[in-house]
Amino acid sequence: MTDSSYRIHGATGDWEVVIGLEVHAQVTSNAKLFSGAATAFGAEPNAQVSLVDAAMPGMLPVLNRECIRQAVRTGMAIEAQINRWSRFDRKNYFYADLPQGYQISQLYHPLVGEGSLTIEADEKAGIPADKVIGIERIHVEQDAGKLMHDQHPTMSYVDLNRSGVALMEIVSRPDMASPAEAGAYLRKLRAILRYVGSCDGNMEEGSMRADVNVSVRKAGEPLGTRTETKNVNSVRFVMAAIEHEARRQVDLLEDGGAIMQETRLFDPGTGTTRSMRSKEDAHDYRYFPDPDLLPLELDQVFLDECRESLPELPDAKRRRYVEELGLSDYNAHALTAEVETARWFEALLLTSAAAQNKVLANVAKQAANWLLSELMGALNKAGRTLDDGAVTPESGAELLALMGAGTISGSIAKQVLDSMIATGDAPGVIVEREGLKQESDSGAIEAAADQVLAANGDKVAQYRGGKAALFGFFVGQTMKAMAGKANPQVVNQVLQAKLGPAGEA
Amino acid sequence: MSVDKATVAKIASLARLRMDDAALDRMVPELNQILGFVEQLGQVDVTGVEPMTAVIAQSLRLRDDVVDADPLTGGGVRDAVLANAPAAEHGFFGVPKVIE
Amino acid sequence: MSELTQLGVQAIRDGVAGGTFTAREVAEACNAAVADAATLNAFIVTTPDHALAAADQVDADRAAGRPLGLMAGVPIGMKDLFATRGVQTTAASHILEGFTPQYESTVSQRLWDAGAGMLGKLNLDQFAMGSSNETSHFGDVVSPWRRSGSTAGLTPGGSSGGSSAAVAARLAPAATGTDTGGSIRQPAALTGICGIKPTYGRCSRWGIVAFASSLDQAGPMARNVTDCALMLQAMGGFDPKDSTSLDLPVPDWSGALDANLAGKRVGIPREYRMDGTDAAILKAWDDGIGWLKDAGAEVVDISLPHTEYALPAYYIIAPAEASSNLARYDGVRYGLRDLPQGANLQDMYAATRAAGFGDEVKRRILIGTYVLSAGYYDAYYTQAMKVRALVARDFAEAWDKCDVILAPTAPTAAFALGEKLSDPLAMYLGDVFSVPASLAGLPAMSVPAGLDGAGLPLGLQLIGRPLDEQGVLNAALAIEQRAGFTAQPDRWW
Repeated sequence: MTDSSYRIHGATGDWEVVIGLEVHAQVTSNAKLFSGAATAFGAEPNAQVSLVDAAMPGMLPVLNRECIRQAVRTGMAIEAQINRWSRFDRKNYFYADLPQGYQISQLYHPLVGEGSLTIEADEKAGIPADKVIGIERIHVEQDAGKLMHDQHPTMSYVDLNRSGVALMEIVSRPDMASPAEAGAYLRKLRAILRYVGSCDGNMEEGSMRADVNVSVRKAGEPLGTRTETKNVNSVRFVMAAIEHEARRQVDLLEDGGAIMQETRLFDPGTGTTRSMRSKEDAHDYRYFPDPDLLPLELDQVFLDECRESLPELPDAKRRRYVEELGLSDYNAHALTAEVETARWFEALLLTSAAAQNKVLANVAKQAANWLLSELMGALNKAGRTLDDGAVTPESGAELLALMGAGTISGSIAKQVLDSMIATGDAPGVIVEREGLKQESDSGAIEAAADQVLAANGDKVAQYRGGKAALFGFFVGQTMKAMAGKANPQVVNQVLQAKLGPAGEA
Repeated sequence: MSVDKATVAKIASLARLRMDDAALDRMVPELNQILGFVEQLGQVDVTGVEPMTAVIAQSLRLRDDVVDADPLTGGGVRDAVLANAPAAEHGFFGVPKVIE
Repeated sequence: MSELTQLGVQAIRDGVAGGTFTAREVAEACNAAVADAATLNAFIVTTPDHALAAADQVDADRAAGRPLGLMAGVPIGMKDLFATRGVQTTAASHILEGFTPQYESTVSQRLWDAGAGMLGKLNLDQFAMGSSNETSHFGDVVSPWRRSGSTAGLTPGGSSGGSSAAVAARLAPAATGTDTGGSIRQPAALTGICGIKPTYGRCSRWGIVAFASSLDQAGPMARNVTDCALMLQAMGGFDPKDSTSLDLPVPDWSGALDANLAGKRVGIPREYRMDGTDAAILKAWDDGIGWLKDAGAEVVDISLPHTEYALPAYYIIAPAEASSNLARYDGVRYGLRDLPQGANLQDMYAATRAAGFGDEVKRRILIGTYVLSAGYYDAYYTQAMKVRALVARDFAEAWDKCDVILAPTAPTAAFALGEKLSDPLAMYLGDVFSVPASLAGLPAMSVPAGLDGAGLPLGLQLIGRPLDEQGVLNAALAIEQRAGFTAQPDRWW
């Protein structure tokens, strides 16, 4: 069943790990799921709480269209069944972060049914081939408020700003067999959400968090009892939680113990999980259809708009980059993994093609290579990012056009790029100001070459005596004499003419 | 189906209603009388009948994604939200310390 | 001024508009009547200043020639289930004692916008759970009616018992009620007044303390059909804050009232002829049939076969919804908090709710929690919602044969306070005639039909098609015109 080679090596043999993830993704919307209060992160406590969110007597929920639209678009992006008839249920339990005493969620009739996503092969990570991970459902529900425990000696403080914010709960099948696969699934899911624009994927701010279901078994045996580790908020932590939890379960089983189906907490400090008994006492949530709401019925016009407003998704984009733009698999993957990179690249591509009067496929490789190696490298070195505006697709395209036209050389381009990042100035301005224009005038180059040859008579003799490798030395010296601004092609031609072919060794 | 004292105690706990022994003893026969009455529903042939989903035939209206469009259902009303709180400090509701 | 308290909604409004008396005079007369009737315990709090301020505004508007609203100058009682800004709102429960909403319910706001004023917040059964107004934390409401020759305290019905008592005792020309399984109609019947529960969705539920969301509907209680029609017009209408609110214009029911029933068919459901119904009620029903024939209607026999199952379905659905709706009363954000020494959060919930809720509320929360719990949900709740669909289907099929249904409102006249309190099930059985229309969301009204042998009022119920409040009101008007009901309780308080 599993094609992963990941195993926990126990005293009694090897164990397979079975992993399912329930990802809670905050829906990108201005207002909450059932009220008009804002969703922005970081507000003063209880400043973004309506009477509805505080569950004042007589308050009623009214559903936010945008939240449904975003969840439907997300469902379409994972090619899932969209249920035109769905409804909301109440999940009843008592907790201080849950003002109504119930969470409005969808148990019996979720908005989105069966779908899937594909994680890509990654030999290094132990994923030998592309793998399809099933997604059982996506339903929409309310987030809870937040408790703060360390502000008062005997009290916890309750902030309801998050209470009622819309979440999508994206429930995978137990199709993952290693921490690496779970990591890849999360990264892919995050990428899709960000492409669709239905969730910002910001795990630090809690916009995305995962409940991690883990069980272990010997090969060929039925599924073991699983534990659920709640609210893990980074890819790295999810992988660490799985590793720790799988090892813990194996050790426990091999010691003759049994796994309890329970809720656990991950401690990022120690990388371990521990039992969370405070919420254990009542697992009887008494779900029933919320009588304050009617069934949600979606019409074709709504669904059509959702479909038509979907952007090209990472898998399709990657295929197109390879097939139509002639990019390598590696580059195509690197450019599409994050929506911002892909967006940047496509803007660069369009502007470049226009600036150089070429078709897209003819500038794609240059643009891709430059973006992924030159630009990313330079930004990294400067501690900057693609989206902070130091370099725009337009200024990048201008730089590429200057190179393409032979106005500057590749090495000068690097210098110009550093300057662009430092000053934010356009490349043309920098080239002009710093006098970096490439010299193609063969007269000046010939003069420089003559000086180089004259000063290095011994090397000229060696070259002519058969040391052909010295040609590069002359090119370098000539370029140096020209302060790097000489057109390398012209330098080559001039030197070849002056030196003639290297002699026989 | 009838309930015994242990069952009533469990329901009371689920419903967060503290009940002492005497209260439980009183409640058991009352609940059984009511449950005995409602169980006649089991006699009704409901073959092919869907549970009612909407009292009056209509489907759900959706609101626009606009913040604070109506002050009665919008945020920014912290004073109103906290006005009746038994314990409110520094803009928060206070509850007995929770250990997670 | 005492004759002013005899006037109804329309008479007050027209008298104020025409300058016969001022709104302030009416408000003062009603405030005085309220103050003199503390014995009835109809009000939890009185708000004479609210009534006076509203009256003064109406008088000023009239003097300035500004247009007057539908309820201009009419002081009313407000059931204490409606949130009123700045005025304690309790649902007659200790758990909400002292709660002062920072918002106004949609229905009450509409009434103030129409020129009405508030005399006070009316007592009720706690969280509207009850049929006798004996479950209030603030004490029983005593009916202004007594059996002839007796001084025994009688129930004003429930849950809108404060409303029915206040209107019947001429403390207020009208009051708001809410009806989940009969809480407007039954108290109206028991006190000799009118009350209509409109089609589910006509009146916004926003700001009304919820009991059972799929059943709760607000409506007016007044002393005649026309006043009910007028006041319902002021209360009803689309509210975007309530997902179940009907997005339809409010008809001019009062303007279109017509007691000529020629061409109308009145259905008499045979299943409503039940054992245990008072002979006097059956006689009133027969009288009602005669009056409607006299008004030109054709009377037809109909069958509503699932009638006997409506009540058990109701006593699953309503408690189930209530158990969840009342989870928010937890001592965290408002209302009572009982925090025993050393208690943790969950202990605080259990202590607060034990101290705050009355016995009947606890009973229903427990039933509701049980029927929704793991393993029982399908047997109870799903089955009940299927039976509910069948009850609604019975009515839908009946509308092929008739336009409006005539039935008793309640199986008995008012009973004595304390008589049924120890037997919850006997109390529940009193809702047998009112619950079916609630389950189906239909408009239904109680109108006085006469007195029984002990001099106590009896009511007849009219049930209409969805959205056909007009048909219900017209048939009720035909009965009102022929019943000649003018009795009112002798003042003993």
